[in-house]
Amino acid sequence: MFDFYFNLPLIVRLVVQAGAVILVLFPIAAACSMAERKISAWIQGRPGPNRTVPPFLAWVPVFVPFLQRLGVFQLAADGGKFVFKQDPVPGHVNKVYFILAPIIAMIPALSTIVVVPFGAYVDSAGKLVPIVLANLDIGLLAVFAVSSLGVYSVILAGWASNSKYSFLGGVRASAQLVSYELAMTLSVLPVFLWVNAPGGQGTLSLFDVVQLQSGVGLHWNSVWFIGYFPVSAFIFLVALFAETNRAPFDMPESESELVGGFHTEYGAFKWSLFFVAEYCHMVVGSGVFILLFLGGWNPLPGLPLTALVDLLHGVIPFATHPLFMGLLGIGIFIGKVILSIFFFMWVRWTLPRFRYDQVMDLGWTKLLPLSIANLVIYTLGIAGLALLQK
Amino acid sequence: MADLIFYIFAAFTAGSALAVVLTKNTVAAALALLLCLVGVAGIFVLLDAFLLAALMVFVYAGAVVALFLFIVMLLDVQGGVRKPFKKATIVSSVFAFILLLLGLASFAHKGVQTTGDLGAAAPVGATLKSYGEQLFTTYLLPVQIVGFLLLIAMLGVIVLSKKFEGLEDIK
Repeated sequence: MFDFYFNLPLIVRLVVQAGAVILVLFPIAAACSMAERKISAWIQGRPGPNRTVPPFLAWVPVFVPFLQRLGVFQLAADGGKFVFKQDPVPGHVNKVYFILAPIIAMIPALSTIVVVPFGAYVDSAGKLVPIVLANLDIGLLAVFAVSSLGVYSVILAGWASNSKYSFLGGVRASAQLVSYELAMTLSVLPVFLWVNAPGGQGTLSLFDVVQLQSGVGLHWNSVWFIGYFPVSAFIFLVALFAETNRAPFDMPESESELVGGFHTEYGAFKWSLFFVAEYCHMVVGSGVFILLFLGGWNPLPGLPLTALVDLLHGVIPFATHPLFMGLLGIGIFIGKVILSIFFFMWVRWTLPRFRYDQVMDLGWTKLLPLSIANLVIYTLGIAGLALLQK
Repeated sequence: MADLIFYIFAAFTAGSALAVVLTKNTVAAALALLLCLVGVAGIFVLLDAFLLAALMVFVYAGAVVALFLFIVMLLDVQGGVRKPFKKATIVSSVFAFILLLLGLASFAHKGVQTTGDLGAAAPVGATLKSYGEQLFTTYLLPVQIVGFLLLIAMLGVIVLSKKFEGLEDIK
């Protein structure tokens, strides 16, 4: 079966792989909207959506009522509603750009996943191979580059809607996203200084970052990078919240000031595309955070995936099989992503929104100097270590 | 295959570059510029210059055009009646056109590699490490000059945008 797959032409395999990744990413992003409602309800002491159930399933005992209370069917009802309800285009909008904006929102959201590795397996030659659509040398830079295009959907939506609330949302988005990109990029530089220690092969690949967090037992590589670079991790996380337009940085949307912000004039399917794109950004963004700072697909610090598979080999005979190892790695990675998304929602329903000037102030006068200072200190430290080793 | 993709990207880039100049709507022009930059990034990818492609998208497409759009939308510029060209504009554009022709002619004349296999030579900028080494050794002076130019531009922006109210502010 594997031989058959690997004998297919490269382009067929790439299309199959890309399709599979999108088939996983898209439902996760959609399920996030449900999780958001359930978690917000839990935080605010409400039951949340717990009534919807398809009539033809209502007779099943125990299992279906359990799913009903979880609100799983509400997701299907919401999805169906978005597809089938009337999709109005208001008369005063700039039609071409109005329709283009939600489509543009989806493109960077789905294409950033291309360079994000989400698992690894040991091939027949005993070499660890990342599971990724394209393991580029410039990995992280490509993520930054493509995700920076996400701003256009918000700007265009705000401008094309031809309404002042939408316009304010769009203008805020363009200023906010450009501002926080700086701090975000500077915050990861110390990590890559460390990864590209003198004498090493220059790389920005996310797979190599995870490799340096995969030490076994008590080893200087066992510490996840959040331990070595806490300030970088903090700045990256804050900038990630701003880049994904999540509260407390949901300036483009801020429904208590701007009605609905950039999507005020949108409804039905176009509106839901914006939200799926936002959740996709969250999924990919937290994936990158996990790869950089939280050990990627390694289950615990000091217990990398390879060591775990060797341990499991005693209990389950097929544990070292590449397929099992790959699925285990992807499972651990997705588990971490889900925890991280829970954190995103936790923050959203806990912290109040910043005022717009506070957002700008935080970005330019706090995070940016902090990340520059962080970079200088780590540069000196890493250079000092390199001198000591000589 | 690579040739075909190159022609597609080249036509895409040239077409959207023309659209930038010809379209009346300023927002459409900025978006065409965005497409043009993405096309250039695509050509860089075909040349195996992944770093340049990523930087092109990150800096120009991601940030610079976003700021263009920001300004265009804030000012709400409408394409109106164009003022007649000044004499200096005409002279300098003719000069630029001659330079462009010279450049193309030199490409046609000197840009053809006759000896050796192009694919066999190790590309200088294929890996990030060689990029870094080249920038900090061979091309250190150009990098410093560009940095200095950027510093001047930044100071200019600060001087132009800051409102100086009294003599104390200037000191």
